[in-house]
Amino acid sequence: MSVLKISEENFEEEVMKSEKTVILDFYADWCGPCKMMSPIIDGVAEELGEEVKVGKVNTDENLELAQKFNIMSIPTIMIFKGGNVVKTFVGVTDKTELINAVK
Amino acid sequence: MYDIIIIGAGPAGISASLYAKRAGANVLVLYYGESNLDKAEKIENYYGFVDGIDGKSLYENGIEQAKNLGIEVRNEEVLHIEKVEEFTVKTTKGEYKSKSVIISTGNKKLRPNIKGILQFEGKGISYCAICDGFFYRGKNVVVIGNGDFAVSESDDLKNIANNVKILTNGLEMETSSDYEIVTKKIKEIHGEEHVKSIEFEDGEHLEVDGIFIALGKAGGSDFAKKMGVMLEKDNIKVDENMQTNIEGLYSCGDVTGGLLQVCKAAYDGARAGLDAAKNIRRK
Repeated sequence: MSVLKISEENFEEEVMKSEKTVILDFYADWCGPCKMMSPIIDGVAEELGEEVKVGKVNTDENLELAQKFNIMSIPTIMIFKGGNVVKTFVGVTDKTELINAVK
Repeated sequence: MYDIIIIGAGPAGISASLYAKRAGANVLVLYYGESNLDKAEKIENYYGFVDGIDGKSLYENGIEQAKNLGIEVRNEEVLHIEKVEEFTVKTTKGEYKSKSVIISTGNKKLRPNIKGILQFEGKGISYCAICDGFFYRGKNVVVIGNGDFAVSESDDLKNIANNVKILTNGLEMETSSDYEIVTKKIKEIHGEEHVKSIEFEDGEHLEVDGIFIALGKAGGSDFAKKMGVMLEKDNIKVDENMQTNIEGLYSCGDVTGGLLQVCKAAYDGARAGLDAAKNIRRK
């Protein structure tokens, strides 16, 4: 499944109301480590396919969302189940670790 | 433009330089400060030295050996590594460019031994001013460290944050700067959801919104963390050719964990030097 662009507009619908588990990557274009995280997230989406929803949040464009989830360090990856954050990873995180976290 | 810049001149870095040079690469070695090997009184378990050898001699011989082979070796402190197509390595004296970088800086503790550090990582504690500074706009932050590395992190924060102080946690400040310096020892970091204050050993509290860690001299894991290199605890994760998850960025020796021995560092270095040189030739 392709990686969704999550913003303040579609957050409620795509994440909070999602029946599937959602993996969200909070990033910014100017952040070095985020650039390394990006292909890993793409890989997770590819490997898990339809099982989960994978999205990216540009924190520059969606500061309110970043603040709402108290993002203080990027990349931060959050896993949502039924509208709740069940796990948070700070910093570049291994693909296997992310996949294990949703299984 | 160099083919390969090697950071660190211990057995891993120097071995990497020897093998890379012999494979035809144009190599620069940058090193600064003391090495763990330099401090070893006597090494009696390394191949070929009948009566053993003191760490200092082995270390200095390695650097001499590289220089004798025509390898450029400079004593400069590296502050920052960046990759956009090619690598840029920024030191206290200048900037160098290369196609590949090998980090062989030895092991260094990334986290200070302060109560609360682990608990608040990503919740007010950061290891990368340039990545996370943005979230501290108009807030009060401190940098924990005592050298050029701490000053360089503070420089990245001063235009964003309301106030930047450097806390040396009981150490002497090794460099001069315009920042307010607090040399008191830190007892604990307090907060709830997020960092709120720092308690010093004398019982005084300092209210803060953010704490940036930049201990001592910037080490391999510090550069790695800022670039998005995968770490395992404080060690850099590498594949069998000593390459990290970033193409062209290698790491070898103690900074990658495993046996903290000269023989392992020399092997790592050889592997990294050869593979880096091979990949450059291929392009």
